[in-house]
This record gives sequence, C-alpha cells and structure tokens, in this order.
Amino acid sequence: MSEKVLMKGNEAIGEAAVLAGCRYYFGYPITPQSELPAYLAKRLPEVEGVFLQAESEVSAINMVYGAAGAGARVMTSSSSPGVSLKQEGISYIAAAELPCLIVNVVRGGPGLGNISPAQSDYFQATRGGGHGDYRTLVLAPNSVQEMSDLTIRGFELADAFRNPVLVLVDGVLGQMMEPVLLPEPTDYDKNSKKWALSGKSPNRDRNLCTTIFLDVDQLEQHNWHLYQKYQVISDEFTTGKWKDYSCELHETEDAEIILVGYGIISRILKTVVEKCRKRGIKAGLVRPISLWPFPTKAIAELAPKTKQFLVVEMSTGQMVEDVKLAVDGKKPVYFFGRTGGTIPSDFEILNEVDKIVRPD
Amino acid sequence: MEKVFSRPKCMTATPYHYCPGCDHGIVHRLVAESLDELEIADKTIGVAPVGCSVFAYDYFNLDFSAAAHGRAPAVATGIKRTRPESIVFTYQGDGDLAAIGTAEIIHAANRGENITVIFINNAIYGMTGGQMAPTTLVGMKTATSPYGRDAALCGHPIKVCELLSTLESPIYVTRVAVNTSANLMKAKKAVKTAFRLQKEGKGFTFVEVLCICPTNWGKAPADSHQWLAEKMIPVFPLGTYKDKLGVESKA
Repeated sequence: MSEKVLMKGNEAIGEAAVLAGCRYYFGYPITPQSELPAYLAKRLPEVEGVFLQAESEVSAINMVYGAAGAGARVMTSSSSPGVSLKQEGISYIAAAELPCLIVNVVRGGPGLGNISPAQSDYFQATRGGGHGDYRTLVLAPNSVQEMSDLTIRGFELADAFRNPVLVLVDGVLGQMMEPVLLPEPTDYDKNSKKWALSGKSPNRDRNLCTTIFLDVDQLEQHNWHLYQKYQVISDEFTTGKWKDYSCELHETEDAEIILVGYGIISRILKTVVEKCRKRGIKAGLVRPISLWPFPTKAIAELAPKTKQFLVVEMSTGQMVEDVKLAVDGKKPVYFFGRTGGTIPSDFEILNEVDKIVRPD
Repeated sequence: MEKVFSRPKCMTATPYHYCPGCDHGIVHRLVAESLDELEIADKTIGVAPVGCSVFAYDYFNLDFSAAAHGRAPAVATGIKRTRPESIVFTYQGDGDLAAIGTAEIIHAANRGENITVIFINNAIYGMTGGQMAPTTLVGMKTATSPYGRDAALCGHPIKVCELLSTLESPIYVTRVAVNTSANLMKAKKAVKTAFRLQKEGKGFTFVEVLCICPTNWGKAPADSHQWLAEKMIPVFPLGTYKDKLGVESKA
C-alpha cells in the first residue's frame, strides 16, 4: 500500500497491527476506543486471525498473557478504567518477560470520570502501573500517521526486549481522521520464538512461563535482571537504535522558553510556538515520543541553553515531575494544565507564556 | 522381573512438596497417565493456578504457564486460540476457580473453549492456611469461619458442576473422587475421557475431583477420606452432569 488513505486514529492502530503480523486481539468494550475492536472484529477473520471479546478486562489481559506465552503477536486495547483492571495482568506479563502491545485511549479520571480526552494516566503508564519492580515501554503518538507507525514499532520493541509496550493516546487522536501512509505487511511466524510454549517435543527442554520466585535470592536476581534490561532500553532510546523515537525537538536552539508536551497537546504547542515567534518571543518545543524511557538527556542538555520550561498537560501535572527531574533545578519549570476532559486552547497557553516571559 | 508399574513418562522425578496424605499427587498422576496413554504429551501445554498446586509444573515434563489467581481459563484461552493444534489444560483449586476466577471459568466454559479443566475441590484454601472456600460446607470450621460456615452470612457451597452444566457449550462435565479404589478408577476414566474429547476437538471438558486436605481439615488422611465420603459427597454428589455426546453411555 503506497497510497495515503483517510483513517480514524483508532482504526489506523488496528490496520497497522494487522500489517505488523498481529493476529490475536483480546479486549472488552469501553469508550472512547470502540472503533479499534470494531475494526479488528471485521479485519482479523479476513487474515485468519482471532478476535475475542472477553468477559472482562482482567480476562482479556490474561488471554494476552497466554497468547504471548504461546508465541503470538498479540494486543489488547482499552481506556483508563479498563487499563486499571488490566494492571494485574500487565505486571505478570512484565515479570514473565512476554511481548505484547497494549493501547490506552486515555479518558478523564479518576474513577469512572468521563469519556473526554485526558492525559491523566501518565503516572500509571510510566511507573509500571501494577505491583512490583517493572516498567512498560510507553509510546505517545501525536497524529494518525504516528498511531500507525508507533503501533508497528511497538510490536518490534515488544519482541526485541520481551516486554509489554503501551501506546498511550487520547480520545482526540483516537477519533480524529487524517491521511495515513500504511506500510507493507510484515510476515510474522509464531514459531520464531524458541522460548514460547508449543508443546514439549522430545528434542528440547520444556518451556515455562512463570512469575513466581519463592527464593528471595532468585527474585532479587530476577528483578536486577529486569532492571538491567530497562537500562539497556533507556540507553537505546538515548543514544542507540531507538534514538529517533525518544523525542522531537522543534525550534529549541535559540529558545528562551521551551514548551514540553506530548500527544495532542504537542500539536497545540506547535501553534503556540509559531504565534510566540510572530510576537517576538523565542519559544521552542520538546515533544516526548517515548514517555518511558523519558527523554531526560535531551531536556537536560537544553537546560543551560534556555531560560525556562513550561510543561503543558491535560492533567493536574504528572509529566512535569519528569521534566523537573531532567532539568534538575537548573532553570524554572512552570506548569499549565487542564483536566477532567478539557483541552486547553492555544490562546490560554499563549497567555501562560506571556505571564512567564513578560511578567509585567 | 517384568516392570508393571512406573512413573508416567511425562512426569518428572521431582518429589512432591505436598503435605502427607494430600490427593494432589494422585490427581497429577491421573493427568500424566492420560496424556501418555493418549500419546499427546508432546503437544500438551499445562496452566498452573495459584494455590497449593502453583508449582504443579515442577512435576510435569510439559510446556507450562503459571497463571495469576483465578485466571487460568483466560490464559488457557489465549494459548489454545494461538495454538489450536495443542492440548491445553488448567489445573485449579476451589478458591482459584470458584471464587476469584468465577468469571473466567464460566465464560471459558460458555465459549466452549476446546480445553480441559481439572478442578480440585477440597472445600478449603490450602496454601494460604485453611481459609473458608466457596465450596466450604455449611458449619465447617476454617481459619476464617472459626464458628463454622454460617449460611446466613456466607451462603451455601457453590456446586460448580451443577452450575456449568446449565450452559449450552460444555460437552463433558463430571464430578469424581479419589477416596476409594473404585472411585479412583472412575476418576482416571473421566480424566482420560476429557482429554480424549479435547484431542478429538469436541469442546470444553471439566472434571471436578473431590479431594482431602488433612493438614487444614485437622484430620488424619484415613479420617479425612471417611469425612469426604460422609460429609462432602452428599453435598457434592459424584456423577456426570453433562455428557453432550453421550460418550459414557457408548463406553
């Protein structure tokens, strides 16, 4: 497919998953991600795949655990309250080092909240989310094109590091229609993973997926092993193979104020940068693409060059903590957020920039 | 001398960690013998639960996945849907299957997943120290029902075979015990029938095995077997609750 097609973000994820060789989807209905399972319910049978609507989010993620253990490229999707329910399974998947893709089309919380777009699951996504010492990779697209691209990269990352990968989007991106260039399909063989469960043939030792290590030394060793893997992932996003997926820098070279935002917010911030520049304010933008690992180094390197940072989120302030850790007190880090499903306007953000840059 | 009895081929030589008198070892053996006799061990994937049999995979020389508490039927679903050519079974206790995993077992059964579930009902939580299970008998004392299970507060024991047999999809739902030689023979036949039906791609099969827990019942193994016969079987009658294909009448 070399022609651009017009697609909704949620559907682009579905098609990209199929093109990446994903043949198994397990999920439970929740708004605002419904287009994705609806798309795959139609699409997967066409490629001899399995679409299964589970009895709960808990069951769905455990089906993902089973399928991933059996060597499948497999995914699930949900929205905030549903992703909370999946945390049990995500912890087990991370502990057993199984690859899978999890999409969270984030909505307003806490509790049932509402179905409007939000970014208030940042902590849950980037700190593990469930119990125990683990991390999930978190990718945050800001366009329909990237929803396709990062879904495919997500499956590659999951397999490369044997780790769950989370694609974190919001209701705007999910529902938005944009032209997207889809890649050629990938062949994926479920028998390519030698560690996967397939039935113990006489010519190999048995394979085992487990997360229980009763011996404290064993569990400590396992946790340090996971930690070292996370360090490798961080390095690859900082200076290695996955560097280009860490963050996007826009007009940061001479910026006196650097705006930081991900997902749909970054699209608004680009407009803000443009408007600032027209008004003589040298603004720039850092857009994290990978939320974990976080582009700490890129932000730290900008701290000496700029005067201040303004973090904008659709939450009461979550990613701002990571920005502060990266800036490490060297420059002021300001925050502006709207929450509860409200999207800030470029005008509102421009006002905030004015207040910081021209306090009088 | 001719060797007439030995460890099933698909079992490991690992000594059981189970308490003296526990029935898990017997039921593990029934599963292993069935897989060997049906010649399906090399394509079997087991799913272990959370409970005393959390380390069931230590005893089987099979590919195995451990599952979160109660989620074994969901994990088995994911495995079987990915590898329909495999034989997939879960091995679960009563807390795992009939309390925290109620949704998973009912829906796996209702979808008619082509898997086999071995359900160990000993009316108590073993590994956590003898708490009240959904299958604990009314009046039975446990760590969390020290005055005896009060039906007015905690309801009555859940009868899983009866419950699952109301569903359209399961093809074989049966309850057996291993407390006497005669029952043991019947249990073996039931386990083997369940795996044979799965091998033939027929659908969801479920074997409940009434077992003893001498440690947490506070009884010697022989007394436990007597108690099982006198108290448990009347509440959980043995027999086949669903045999959609009539395999037992044909046998």
